[in-house]
Amino acid sequence: MITVFLKELLDNFRDRRVILNTLVLGPLLGPVLFGVMISFIAKEETERMESALELPVVGAENAPNLVAWMERQGVVVEPPPADPEQSVREEEHEVVVRIREDYAEAWNAGRPAPVEIIADRSLRYTGTTIARVNNYLSIYNRQIGNLRLQLRGVHPDITRPVDSQIIDLSTPTSRGGQVLAFLPYFILITVFMGSMHMAIDTTAGERERKSLEPLLINPMPRWQIMAGKLGATTFFALATLGLGLIAFVYAMGMLPTADMGIKLNLDFAVAGKAFVVVAPAALMAAALLTILASFAKSFREAQSYMGLIVIVPMVPSLWLLINPAKAEYWMNWVPLLNQNILILEMVRGEPVQVSWYLTTIASTTILALILAAVAGGLYNRPKLIFTSG
Amino acid sequence: MIRAERLRKTFNKGRVVAVDDVGFEARDGQITGLLGPNGAGKTTTLRMLYTLLKPDSGHMTVDGVDPLAEPIQVKRKLGVVPDSRGLYDRLTARENIRYYGKLQGLGKNLVTSRIDELAEVLDMGEFIDRRTEGFSQGQRVKVAIARALVHEPGTILLDEPTNGLDVMTTRSLREFLLRLKMEGRCVVLSTHIMQEVAALCDRIVIIAAGRIAAEGTAQQLLERSGEQNLEDAFVKLIGSDEGLLA
Repeated sequence: MITVFLKELLDNFRDRRVILNTLVLGPLLGPVLFGVMISFIAKEETERMESALELPVVGAENAPNLVAWMERQGVVVEPPPADPEQSVREEEHEVVVRIREDYAEAWNAGRPAPVEIIADRSLRYTGTTIARVNNYLSIYNRQIGNLRLQLRGVHPDITRPVDSQIIDLSTPTSRGGQVLAFLPYFILITVFMGSMHMAIDTTAGERERKSLEPLLINPMPRWQIMAGKLGATTFFALATLGLGLIAFVYAMGMLPTADMGIKLNLDFAVAGKAFVVVAPAALMAAALLTILASFAKSFREAQSYMGLIVIVPMVPSLWLLINPAKAEYWMNWVPLLNQNILILEMVRGEPVQVSWYLTTIASTTILALILAAVAGGLYNRPKLIFTSG
Repeated sequence: MIRAERLRKTFNKGRVVAVDDVGFEARDGQITGLLGPNGAGKTTTLRMLYTLLKPDSGHMTVDGVDPLAEPIQVKRKLGVVPDSRGLYDRLTARENIRYYGKLQGLGKNLVTSRIDELAEVLDMGEFIDRRTEGFSQGQRVKVAIARALVHEPGTILLDEPTNGLDVMTTRSLREFLLRLKMEGRCVVLSTHIMQEVAALCDRIVIIAAGRIAAEGTAQQLLERSGEQNLEDAFVKLIGSDEGLLA
């Protein structure tokens, strides 16, 4: 068993491409992608909130007071495009405000004066701009409304029967957790990336090279040979996971998280815990990929299966993203979902019960061992041994 | 010493009969040839002997040990050069052989000395420490043979050993097999090439359509068929000329 393990390691360490892919690119991919994603979002948000709002206004002459008020608020009113709808559709402008000709008439008659905000809400990035325009307009609305009431001797508060306020209990650390919703995915994917090549090389590769049949003629129970291979695959998965987590810790340190008013709780202590929590998933991934690759006749065929498998660790992350339910105890029994939850809780800096850790590790280990047992029995099937005849 | 009796093996739930009824004996200090056209069941028979396939029925022993009951024991006794002779390209020839030596449970020093011996006998000194990527067919076969013999098995099974080899390599391979025979080992090889059998084998077992068509020395087979040369005898004994063209 150890002989097989050592040979597979030596064999694959000889392949520079494998080392580069699994031990360098694999661990780096997650942190880099994630880091770029986060810093991009952060930059975008801060720029949007701080920069002056440039706003094309159609019919500014219809409401000189409103336009003058907005300019006093710091809005840069621009001359309108020839066709406002067209320019928004073609994404030349995010938002165009149109003050209709009957604005003055309605205003003087004391009716609500029509102002249109032309925008395409399906473009996600326009959301902030629309909100800002809306915000300016509603402040103006309230000021004028209050003035009108006061002129009639009514206290403006009468229009506010309810005084609602949001008391935000989120801490900088827990807000960081929101941004990190996909962090567990990037961590879990490393164990799949790390084991992928080895799983294929030790099974489908062995068949393709026609070295499987002679290997199995050696006086060693087949499950032991498979165990050695699985061990080597898991070793690679763990190495990728470990390196990936270290890369993450450094990447997080470099991100402008302070600007975003959030704090990410991902130091080496948390990374260490995450390693322990995800470690059983490494064996699980190794066993799962080995089983799949064993059925493939060639390296290429196996690789085409692997493409689909990478979606597996994504499912719990997506599910949590679409359905951000509160973490409950039963979820700890579902492998991959439980790692997702625990990593999120840890990164948000919340105390996690010991029983949750234990359940997660236990359930994942059980599934991993079942899969490993299945893999161990695979070479008892003659069909999987012979490449021909 | 191999004894096989009434071996039968079918595939696809009995629809394809690969080996119908095969029994033969291979003695120590002799080379036994399993001769037959392609698809006659030679490889399947050997695979049952080296425990990768289980026969549907029948009985066999290697030095008195039943491969079905004690597969690990039997594998220790056997040195097998199967049809698939894949090597690990990223490892050197020496490392390939050493891996098998360790899998056989040999100690480090023993493996090292055995590799040196085999490298000399098989004339592998030139390429023993090179990675096997880019090896010629002849070099590959030598490595495959060396790794199969690293534990000094008493019984050696070779499935079509000369496939894809040039004349010179074939000649040296034959010499090597004769040497194994001289050392008193039991050598069994399967082939569809007549000259090979005639040049090497003490006993010939002709297999056709999963059955034993004839068995004996080359001389006995000629007498039985009443033909002048072995090729005609072969055609007559298997009852058709199929497979000879392959």
